[in-house]
Amino acid sequence: MYLNKEQEAMLNGEYGSIVSKMMRLLVRLGDIYKAEKMIPVASVQVAGVSYKSIGDAGLEFLQDIAKEAKVKVLTFLNPAGMDLENWKEMGISEEFAKKQLAIIEAFKKMGIVISATCTPYLAGNLPRYKQHIAWSESSAVSFANSVIGARTNREGGPSALAAAITGYTPYYGLHLDENRQPHYIVKVNVDLNNSTDFAAMGYYIGKEIKNKIPYFVGIKEASIDDLKALGAAMAASGAVALYHVENITPDAEYVAKEGIEKIEFGEKELKETYEKLNSGEEEDIIIFGCPHASLNEIIKIAKLVEGKKMKKQFWICTSRAVKEIAKKMGLEEKIREAGGKIIADTCMVVSPIENLFSTTAVNSAKAAHYLPGFCKQKVVFKKMEDLLR
Amino acid sequence: MEKMKGRSIYPGKVEGEALVSKEPIGFYGGIDMKTGIVIEKGHELEGECVKDKILVFPCGKGSTVGSYVIYGLKKNGVAPKAIINKETETIVATGVILAGIVCVDGIDIEKIETGDFVIIDAKEKSAEVIIRKVTK
Repeated sequence: MYLNKEQEAMLNGEYGSIVSKMMRLLVRLGDIYKAEKMIPVASVQVAGVSYKSIGDAGLEFLQDIAKEAKVKVLTFLNPAGMDLENWKEMGISEEFAKKQLAIIEAFKKMGIVISATCTPYLAGNLPRYKQHIAWSESSAVSFANSVIGARTNREGGPSALAAAITGYTPYYGLHLDENRQPHYIVKVNVDLNNSTDFAAMGYYIGKEIKNKIPYFVGIKEASIDDLKALGAAMAASGAVALYHVENITPDAEYVAKEGIEKIEFGEKELKETYEKLNSGEEEDIIIFGCPHASLNEIIKIAKLVEGKKMKKQFWICTSRAVKEIAKKMGLEEKIREAGGKIIADTCMVVSPIENLFSTTAVNSAKAAHYLPGFCKQKVVFKKMEDLLR
Repeated sequence: MEKMKGRSIYPGKVEGEALVSKEPIGFYGGIDMKTGIVIEKGHELEGECVKDKILVFPCGKGSTVGSYVIYGLKKNGVAPKAIINKETETIVATGVILAGIVCVDGIDIEKIETGDFVIIDAKEKSAEVIIRKVTK
């Protein structure tokens, strides 16, 4: 692979041993995937933040990097394992909190924005169409590639960090237009009425097509929240990093649709997926916000619960940025009066909720996918309106 | 005995017993970093331990935190000896490079069964994989 003088110097240790180690990882990836060169990235999203996810091995790895390296581009952070301010209220142990705060401290030292959200595009890190970025967080990768039309591979937590520290990523995969062509046409034969329907379809399609690119036809309308749920589900049950939706996503009209395999998605598949994702009967808690709730979703929830006292406690996970606005608008108060909480910086998957609950209700297929294994939860999977009835 | 050529993702020479999954593996939320046991509900390898195995699966899936889980498995002494894929994607590649776990892709994994004895010789670029069937 061709390296310019600066990249060569980084690799040779002229910028210190950490920069050299990070560049070596990128060059190795570039060689494997036949990148001809490195390209500068406009922004980075770093995953692997929760102590529960990365453990002591990850903490030490990050502390080593923080000793000498700083990021070169706008870099945002994935959710942590707890609300960084109100962790006691969440029932988090002192031991866990101490480790989690040490991880955050390491990221801060590197100059990373402590955004602690999986939806950076709703909290201040918004790439433009065709801009090259290096993002991890499978749902954010899918959103940036598909809905915005930015260019990113599905970076691993450490390879995203390497891009942040060097400012470069190898030029291969989804950075190239020829690799952004669909492999399957998905014909949608059923009306999808809410984000949970979109999520269920995403779960089914991700399982079917694994790491390939789908092109959806037959979707008449889809909100940003619907697309966020769809992409997140496909990236959880499969490794889908990019999808196209006819008349809706920006690259859809430019890609080749001829002569590729067709998959049908209808009433039957939708129903089966709902059944599959429901493993529990009565929930201990309802948790929204996987991926992190948008302000619009919080407004919707606040409307649904206004003036009511819910039987079950419920959490809404979101970014600190969105929570602050919700607070200012009086939404948090309405939610609190109904028995709910807005939790920032974290979510139900990356926080240790297995110590608190055994059955969790969600409207997210991504959460429904991860909760049984990683959080030992039985899952109730329903749309928002049904969960808050 | 079957001999196959593949692409080297992380070089090295190892041999061991194959543990094969026909489904993709998502390391994050799929494998416990402390024990090496597969914890994804309903996964065909659920309950199996990947420690010291030659772990064979078509491709990675799921969360991009998977790289850290691979690194953590190694640090905790419960990593597989090597990974063989049909197609290694960035998440797994990043994990094995950081952790230093031998990894090869471009292999017709249909020809490998759990229990087979596998010998891997992965050079800088290309790799050779030898499968020895266990006599049943």
